[in-house]
Amino acid sequence: MTAPVPPRPDAQVHLGVFFQGVNHHTVWSDAESGSQIDPLSFERVVRTAERGLFDAFFLGEGLRLRETHGRLHDLDVVGRPDALTELASLAAITSRIGLVATQNATYNDPADLARRLATLDVLSGGRAAWNVVTTDNAWTGANFRRGGYLDHTDRYVRAEEVVRTAQAIWDSWSDDALATSHDAPHAVAPDGVRRVVREGATLAVDVLPTVPRSPQQHPVLFQAGDSPDGRTFAARNVDVIFSAHGSDLDDALAFAADVRARTVAAGRPADDVKILPGISIVLADTDAEAEEKRRWLTRAQVTGATALSLLGHVWGRDLSHLDPDGPLPPVDAADSAFDGSRGAAFGRGDRRALAQQWRDRAEAEGLTIRELVIAQERRSAFVGSPATVADRMVRFVRSGAVDGFNISPWIVPDGLEDVVELLVPELQDRGAYRTAYTGTTLREHLGLRAPLTRRAPARPDARVPA
Amino acid sequence: MTDHLSLAVEIDGSGRHPESWRRSSRTPAESVGPRRWTRAARGAENAGFALATVSDAPLPSGQVPQPRLDAVLRASFASNLTSRIGWAPQVHPRAVEPFHLAAQLASLDHASRGRAAWLVGDDDLPGLAAALGRDVPTAPEARRREVVQVIDAVRRLWDSWDDDAVVKDVATGRYIDADRVRYTDVEADTFTIRGALITPRPPQGQPVVLVPDGLLRDEEVPGRADVVLVGHPDLGAGVARAADVRRLGALAFLDLRVTLDTPGATSAERLLALGADHDDVASYDGDVAGLVALLTSLRGEVDGVRLLPTVLDEDLPVLAGHVLPALSLARVAHPPRPATHLRTTLGLPRPANRFDQEVAS
Repeated sequence: MTAPVPPRPDAQVHLGVFFQGVNHHTVWSDAESGSQIDPLSFERVVRTAERGLFDAFFLGEGLRLRETHGRLHDLDVVGRPDALTELASLAAITSRIGLVATQNATYNDPADLARRLATLDVLSGGRAAWNVVTTDNAWTGANFRRGGYLDHTDRYVRAEEVVRTAQAIWDSWSDDALATSHDAPHAVAPDGVRRVVREGATLAVDVLPTVPRSPQQHPVLFQAGDSPDGRTFAARNVDVIFSAHGSDLDDALAFAADVRARTVAAGRPADDVKILPGISIVLADTDAEAEEKRRWLTRAQVTGATALSLLGHVWGRDLSHLDPDGPLPPVDAADSAFDGSRGAAFGRGDRRALAQQWRDRAEAEGLTIRELVIAQERRSAFVGSPATVADRMVRFVRSGAVDGFNISPWIVPDGLEDVVELLVPELQDRGAYRTAYTGTTLREHLGLRAPLTRRAPARPDARVPA
Repeated sequence: MTDHLSLAVEIDGSGRHPESWRRSSRTPAESVGPRRWTRAARGAENAGFALATVSDAPLPSGQVPQPRLDAVLRASFASNLTSRIGWAPQVHPRAVEPFHLAAQLASLDHASRGRAAWLVGDDDLPGLAAALGRDVPTAPEARRREVVQVIDAVRRLWDSWDDDAVVKDVATGRYIDADRVRYTDVEADTFTIRGALITPRPPQGQPVVLVPDGLLRDEEVPGRADVVLVGHPDLGAGVARAADVRRLGALAFLDLRVTLDTPGATSAERLLALGADHDDVASYDGDVAGLVALLTSLRGEVDGVRLLPTVLDEDLPVLAGHVLPALSLARVAHPPRPATHLRTTLGLPRPANRFDQEVAS
């Protein structure tokens, strides 16, 4: 039994924006939808978020294009920029907002990855973050030098070794390594940089790092894994969890209690890990209008082709020849296991049991394929008038369930406009949202303590540099 | 080949001379971070250069620590503060995942609206294998093959998307035409890649690839190097080599180190104060008129010149204020036009997509 989460009557809402999911939630077909790759789209979203005093702008990444039934998946947004390269570009035209890059711990050389993250941190004046993701599958590994080398059970072993190596690299430059005078004996003090030597089960690194310390010391660490191993990894290592528990308050409270227990078990203060669930927001003048908008949105997201694709994913068969406005197929689901290794958004558990659930519901409610898929969509949206949504957000944050939200706009690049124009003022009216940035670094925006390796006493294997 | 001279400048660090930091306007502590890069980016563009190269290596060149940020990210940052100049980060094939590199450079090209280039590097980098925790080719022949194969892989990945692969066909619900995005199936000595790239085809089709002379054999240049950088201690020999390079179908750029007279000191005084250093490229030390005359004489002999300032903060203002304006007035070299791809600025064609050619043939 985990201890209940204490309420926080003065807690502030933190907001981030996620650009963008390569899933059916982005409505690329809408008349207002713009380019998903043009630099102007990224610039517009990040500027809107910074105007709205967001903590962070968040880029996703996948290292192989998704496939369905052996072919490239063609129904959703496909193609993204390299996250760090894009964020370095945006660092030049922003001054406060945090810049979060999703980067794979499995398929990057640790010293190279740490250097690139440190570079963004320095170039942005201390606004970088790394969303640590892992991949074990050989399908993704087929694009990389080592191939599919990692066993599923070792993916967090690897991630932790890479994170600790990166932290050592970020700690290697002393604060006063660089000369402050043109007459100094050296541009860099010879003892100002420590060589980093790490060996682990999945890596060996011996390097003299080249990137000086950033204003926030280390990039902030995010993580999104929801499995027990993922939660433990987060509790031991990261600053922020990008969770999937943001729609139901009881579920969110249970998740928070679990994370807090794991965090304390890892020797950290209970509130050391912030929780930002991913959500979408549907706003309209009234709650009724917002609900109507949500119904429209879900139909726009689940096109006939997408409904057949999602059904086919559950069934394990290509069902794209069916009529989405007709009944479910007479064929049974395949008895193969869910193959989560093709970049698909979901898929765990017993395929046949899930298919039977879907069939039972369609028969009970008389639903077509598309109606059923729409009905099965997980409702993670905050829907209502700006006042209603603001009240709900504040309730989530002040109950201690979450620290804020990571918003996925469903229209790019203008989908964040109404959040900033309508919702943010409501949050400010409630005294639950900043009216100006008070710091310059992402670590400051999020109210984080110093990096784990820079605290005393720190965890046993960390060393605080002299 | 073009009738004007393309001018490039190297802007890594504080300058070509190892002690250049002593004569910089900022101290080393003040020279790391966004402000340093904002000044460098705008300074190079305002001077009128067609291209800036950003030298880099993942390791210090010796055992002495050296502050250096990742060049692709520096270039990306700089590109968003500029609108005409091209950006060429140096990246070493042995040190990278080719798949990541292709996505990074494609992304730089998208972010810069078609002003990306890649300065291919193959520095010795002792300690690279230990830093990366994996084997890297070390024998000369194996290193050369790695350069060739990584360039080939990266270019192939850039072609893995057709220019018009994103169709946004509302009627069928298809965002891309999957037939216009291809697996690349690269098989090289040290890596394989299934593909396709995660990033759509860059605006230029393929960013400009600059290769220092000597990294490739002559027969390997076509289709791999758009520009060959000829660095030779003797200017005449460099010009002669440039003629060979142009016959291979690549543009030839000459590397030229410059130490100019400034309002405060002559070039000789400046070099004396800095102390002797060894360089392996031709150099010009002197006044503005002499450099203008030299560069004018090189038009027609070479396609471009990359200037390597001895002290960036001292030489760049003279280049910007006097040398490039004189060359522009004389119609020897001109600043790039806004909203122009780097290929257009340099006089390079937009490459056809190899997969279209494979289908056509």
